[in-house]
Amino acid sequence: MRLEFTDEEQAFREEVRSFLRQKLSPAIGEKVLNGYELGREDILEWQHRLHERGWGGMGWPKEFGGPGWNSVQQYIFEEESALAGAPRLIPFGIKMVAPVIMTFGSAAQQKRFLPKISAGEEWWCQGYSEPGAGSDLASLKTRAVLDGDAYVVNGQKTWNTLGQYADWIFCLVRTDSNAKQQSGITFLLIDMKSPGITVRPITLLDGGHEVNEVWFENVRVPVENRIGEENRGWTYAKFLLGHERTNIAGIGGAKRELARLKRIASDERRQGRPLIEDPLFAAQIAQVEVDLWALEITNLRVLSAERRSAASGPEASILKIKGTEIQQSISELMMRAVGPYALPFRREAMEAGWQFDPDREPPGPRYAATLAAAYFNQRKLSIFGGTNEIQKNIISKMIIGL
Amino acid sequence: MNFEFSDEQRQLHEVVERYLGEQYRFDRFQSIKRSAAGWDPEVWRGLAELGVLAITVPTEHGGLGFGPLETLAMMGDCGRSLLLEPVLSSAIIATAALRAFADEAPAAQLLTAMATGEKIAVLAHFESDARFESRWVTTRARKSGGHYRLDGHKGVVMHAGAADTLLVSARTAGEAGEAQGVSLFLVPRAAPGVTLDIYPTVDGQRAADVYLKGVEVPAASRLGAEGGALEAVEAALDIGLAGLCADAVGVMQALVDATIEYVRMRQQFGQPIGRFQALQHRIADMLIHLEQARSMSYLAALRCTSEDVAERRRALSAAKAVIGQASRFVGQQAVQLHGGMGMTDELIVSHWFKRLTGAQLMFGDSDTHLQRYAALSRA
Repeated sequence: MRLEFTDEEQAFREEVRSFLRQKLSPAIGEKVLNGYELGREDILEWQHRLHERGWGGMGWPKEFGGPGWNSVQQYIFEEESALAGAPRLIPFGIKMVAPVIMTFGSAAQQKRFLPKISAGEEWWCQGYSEPGAGSDLASLKTRAVLDGDAYVVNGQKTWNTLGQYADWIFCLVRTDSNAKQQSGITFLLIDMKSPGITVRPITLLDGGHEVNEVWFENVRVPVENRIGEENRGWTYAKFLLGHERTNIAGIGGAKRELARLKRIASDERRQGRPLIEDPLFAAQIAQVEVDLWALEITNLRVLSAERRSAASGPEASILKIKGTEIQQSISELMMRAVGPYALPFRREAMEAGWQFDPDREPPGPRYAATLAAAYFNQRKLSIFGGTNEIQKNIISKMIIGL
Repeated sequence: MNFEFSDEQRQLHEVVERYLGEQYRFDRFQSIKRSAAGWDPEVWRGLAELGVLAITVPTEHGGLGFGPLETLAMMGDCGRSLLLEPVLSSAIIATAALRAFADEAPAAQLLTAMATGEKIAVLAHFESDARFESRWVTTRARKSGGHYRLDGHKGVVMHAGAADTLLVSARTAGEAGEAQGVSLFLVPRAAPGVTLDIYPTVDGQRAADVYLKGVEVPAASRLGAEGGALEAVEAALDIGLAGLCADAVGVMQALVDATIEYVRMRQQFGQPIGRFQALQHRIADMLIHLEQARSMSYLAALRCTSEDVAERRRALSAAKAVIGQASRFVGQQAVQLHGGMGMTDELIVSHWFKRLTGAQLMFGDSDTHLQRYAALSRA
C-alpha cells in the first residue's frame, strides 16, 4: 500500500503541468481562478490547444484519435487542469456522446462526428431531461415517428446546458409508446440547425444563462443519425451515464477553490484579526479540508481498483454525493467569508473586466462581488447528473439489494 | 499509488480473523468483560502463539519487525471482535515507545518479554488537565543519588491494571506545555507508592487512574537522555492513534454489515423495513462515512511513522477528525435502525456502538483534532 504515484505517473503530471504553463492563456486562467464567467470563445480556444497537442479527445482510446490515457492519467490531467485554472471540459461531446458513438455508432458516424468533437469544431449538448421527466428519465415523452428516411421529432427538452452554443444535440426520444417505458426509447443525433428547433433561455437564480428549453416541432432527423437500433436507446443512455463518471468527485477543482477560500479568509478581517484565525470559521474550513482529503483518497482507491477490474459498485455515487457536498460547502464558506459584502448583487460582476466605478473606491473587495452568485449556482451540483437522493437510491439498491 | 495489502499482511489479517472468530465470539467477550480482571490471560497466550504480540517488536529482540500497515491489516479484526486484551496498549503503543530506546538493556529485555506475551507494558502519559495535549506533563521526577523520585497523577491509562510495567512520563525540568524536560521511566506497576484506581471504560475495556507518590526508581530505569523523551512518546502515541483508527473502521464495517442484514430481515407493515427509503438513505450515509473513514485509516497508517512531524500530525489529526465523526454517525444510526433491539445489552450492536463511543474519546475527539489540524494547516 502506498499513496504516491509511480515515477511514470509523476512524469506524466510534469508533462501536463508544463503543457498548461505553456498553452493556457493567462487571461483564461485568471477568469477561472477568480470565478469569472467563461465565454464560448474561451472554452473553444482551450479545446483547440488541447486538440493541437493530441489531447482533444481526453479519455478516448488511440484508435479514435484520443491520447489513450488510462483512468489514472485522466485523473491527473483533470486535477492539474483544474489547479492551473483551465476551463473544465464541456462533457457533452467528449465524455458523453463520443463514448456512445465509439461503442454503438456506425463506422460512418464515427468518422463523421468524432474528429470534429476532438477539434472543437462542433459543440454538443444534451437532450435528456424533459419537464415531466427528470429523475424519472424513462418517462420521457418527446416523440419520433419514422417517415420514409427520416424521423419526425416533436416535443420539449429542458435543462439543456449551453445549447445556445451547440451545433448538435443528442436526444432520447420515444419511438414506441406501447412498449414498457425503457423499451420504447431511441437515441438520436440531431443537427441544431434543423428547421423546427427553438432554443429558449432559462434564467437561473444567479442571473446566468446556462440552461435552455429546446422545443422540437416536426423536426426531420435522417435515419442515419440514429445510434444503434430503434428502441434500444435506453441501453445506450445508461452506458453514457456510466461514462460521465471520470472527475465526478471534482477533486482538483475543489482543491483550487479551497485554496481560494483560505486566501479570502486570510485577507478578510474580523474585528481587526484575519478571519482565518477565528476559531469557529477556522474549524469550518478545517472540516471541509479533512473531508476533501478523505475523498481524494477514496477517489484514488476507486482508480486503483479500476486498474484491476472494470467492476463498478456504489463508488461513483459516493464520489458524486461527497464531492458535490464539499464543493457546495466551499462556495458557501466563501460567500460567508466576505460577510456583508456578499450582499451587493450585480450580474455584471461575473465578467472579468467589470469594475464598480473606475473613479471611485469600490464598495468591498472585487473578489466579494461574485461569491453570492457562485454560491447560488453551485446548488445545481447536488441536483444534476442524478440528484444526490437518486445516488443514495443507487447505493442502497446495490448494497441492501431490496 | 495502490491500496493493496501484501500477501503477508493479508495472511496476518486472516490468521487473526480466524482465531478471534473461533476463540472470541460474543459470549466470550461478555464473560471476559464481566470478569474481575477484564481480560483473559488464555487469550493473551493464544495471541502470543499466533505472533500478534510480536508484530511490531524488532526482529533482533525476538519480534517480527512489522509496522503500521501490518497493524492496520489486523486491528480491524480486533475491533470487530471487541477484543478487550491490551493489544493496542501494549503490543502497539508501549512497544513503539520502547523501540526508540531498544539499544538500552532494560528496554530491549522488556521488548523481548513482550513479544512472547510474558510481560505487558502500557504507556502512562496523559494527565487529567492535558486534554490530549502531549506536552502537558506535570508529573515530576526528582533525581536524588542513584534514584529518581516520581510524584504525579496519570489519567485514564488504558489497561494499566493488566500491565507489569508502566512507562511513565515525568518532568525532570521545565513546565507543563514545554517540549523539553520530559523523561520516560520504567516503573513496575507493583512498585511502592504506585496506586491504581481501576475501572471499566464505556466499551468494557479496563483503565485506571495512576497515582505516583514518592515512587523511587533506579536511575537506570530512565529511558534515553534526561528530558528528551517527549519525541518518542509522541511518536508512540501517533502510531497508537493510527491503530485505534483501524480498530474503529473494523467496528464500523461490522455495524454497517449488521444493519444491512437487519433491515433485510426485520418485517413491519408487511414488508422488510429495508424497503423504506428513509432507512435506505440513512444506510447509504453510513456507507459513505465508512468509506471516508477507511480512506483515512489508510492515510493514518501510511503517515504515522513519517519523519516530517508536522505533516505526520496534520495527517493524523485529519484522520482522527474524520474517523471520530464517522464513528459517531455510524454508531448512533446503527442503534437507531435496530430500533429497540439496538438498545439492548443482549445484541452485539450496542457493544460495537459503545466501542466506537470510546474510540471517539480516546486520543482526542474530533473537535480537538479539527482545531489542531486548523492550527497546523495555517502555520
